[in-house]
Amino acid sequence: MAISSDDVLHVARLARLRLTGDEVARMTDQLSTIIGHVEQLSSLDLSGVEPTAHALDLTNQVRADASRPSWPRDEVLTNAPDPADGGFRVPPTA
Amino acid sequence: MTDTLGLTAERCIELLDAREVSCRELATAYLERIEAADEGIHAFLRTRRDAALAEADGFDRDGRTGLQGVPIALKDILCTKGEETTAGSRILEGHIPIYDGGCVTRVKAAGLVSLGKTNMDEFAMGSSTENSGFGVTHNPWDAERVPGGSSGGSAAAVAAGFAPLSLGTDTGGSIRQPAALCGVVGMKPTYGAVSRYGLIAFASSLDQIGPFALTVRDAALLMQVICGKDACDSTSVELPEPIEVPAAESLRGVRLGVPTDLLAQGIEPGVREAFDASIAAAEALGAEIVETALPHAGYALPAYYLIAPAEASANLSRFDGVRYGMRLAEPGDTVGDMYGRTRAAGFGAEVKRRIMLGTYALSAGYYDAYYGMAQKVRTRIREDFTAAFAGVDLVVSPTSPTVAFRIGERVDDPWAMYASDVLTVPANLAGLPGISIPCGTAEGLPVGFQMIGPAFAENRILAAAHALEGAIGFDPRPPAMVARA
Repeated sequence: MAISSDDVLHVARLARLRLTGDEVARMTDQLSTIIGHVEQLSSLDLSGVEPTAHALDLTNQVRADASRPSWPRDEVLTNAPDPADGGFRVPPTA
Repeated sequence: MTDTLGLTAERCIELLDAREVSCRELATAYLERIEAADEGIHAFLRTRRDAALAEADGFDRDGRTGLQGVPIALKDILCTKGEETTAGSRILEGHIPIYDGGCVTRVKAAGLVSLGKTNMDEFAMGSSTENSGFGVTHNPWDAERVPGGSSGGSAAAVAAGFAPLSLGTDTGGSIRQPAALCGVVGMKPTYGAVSRYGLIAFASSLDQIGPFALTVRDAALLMQVICGKDACDSTSVELPEPIEVPAAESLRGVRLGVPTDLLAQGIEPGVREAFDASIAAAEALGAEIVETALPHAGYALPAYYLIAPAEASANLSRFDGVRYGMRLAEPGDTVGDMYGRTRAAGFGAEVKRRIMLGTYALSAGYYDAYYGMAQKVRTRIREDFTAAFAGVDLVVSPTSPTVAFRIGERVDDPWAMYASDVLTVPANLAGLPGISIPCGTAEGLPVGFQMIGPAFAENRILAAAHALEGAIGFDPRPPAMVARA
């Protein structure tokens, strides 16, 4: 299935990526090629096949229900681009 | 001073045990080699000379045993407390983790001395290390060629004599393929065998940390260090049996399955010749060679390139300029503008491509058609391996369909680059352990021989790989690096 530049712009919005005009053109082309290749999967009969999300059959891995110290706030903030008042400051949300 | 090219970890231990060299002298020898020759390879993003020498001095002063004092290099995707960790991405430039990854903790506890962090494809997305935000790594066998990827720096470091051991990560072949292209041993453990805590995530259901080394025995020594359950990674498990350092020299009674479906995937003639010669060597050691079927192997690559980008698109949403890393904002920006601007500037082309592909595959209306379908194919691939292992002990193939390709050759053709992984992705989708050992050369470049085993059959793989390695007798010293020394 061919992917349009509108599709690319829609997906870029979902992915929070700001693309340049050149990038949109290149991405439209390359994603169409890649999707073309992956579509060979649709030639398989997969009716009744259960999906695999994870290769290990592990269930209910739980730790002891005991309190433990969290990361110190000042350490967590050391990598923040704009720490303020003990938190992460961000630009206005709207 | 000790020549570090071709120096194995076992030999390092012998030299240290016999006090022929001190830990400081050994670390210095490697650091000097890095300083002399890494400019042309760019295996390292950062070295940590002073810290490494201080650790070495500690062992020289207080005494040492085992692997203590043996140098190692770490892929820059593994969080190291207080030391910059970027995952090869500009978006994480200057990021200083506040904790060590589970694997790093184990490496430190074993007394291995980290010499530094190695280059990689950004967020481990790539097969050539050309996608690093910090420059390309060159293959020690031919500087015009790629080292493979994504753990290209870690593979090149071991091949070039910059460290006897290194750690990489393998999501779709990112340990085994660069090991093959650089002529070293690389092992991907069973999914869950090694903690992913503090490994910057690419595709969480596939990522696995593993060793690079010059020999299978060295790789086993490092496996002993890194394997085991970690309370901080609930998908990690204890191995059913401890890793053994292999000693077997025979393959008597071992059934090696050659998957005809996998070998139909366009293998270069020179690679095929080296592989066939190794099959003959295995047979001479007593192995039984059996043709085996993996009927869905040809579908592994397309399934992988839906599943891995889908998981990546979710994992990489955390890089948004809020908690760590780069932030780009203009006056008047909303938080949404800031996200878009930061991610546009911080991510490279391949990472953007995968995020876009993954977001598309997960988006409304396409989820079942792409991601859901790929997960069903994943089930088929697991079933194929289960059926194969009913008749054979190990599945064997070349590791990469080609030898190291030229830098720049595949950068404009994403699918051609992805095809580098055609022989390695099936094991990741099925969660299985695999190894690549060098099995000869074609056009003067190394060829890798891959062995895949059932889940938690690490010891079976290591034993067979060690026996075959002895029969092959590959010299891991790249001629170009010998000439340089």
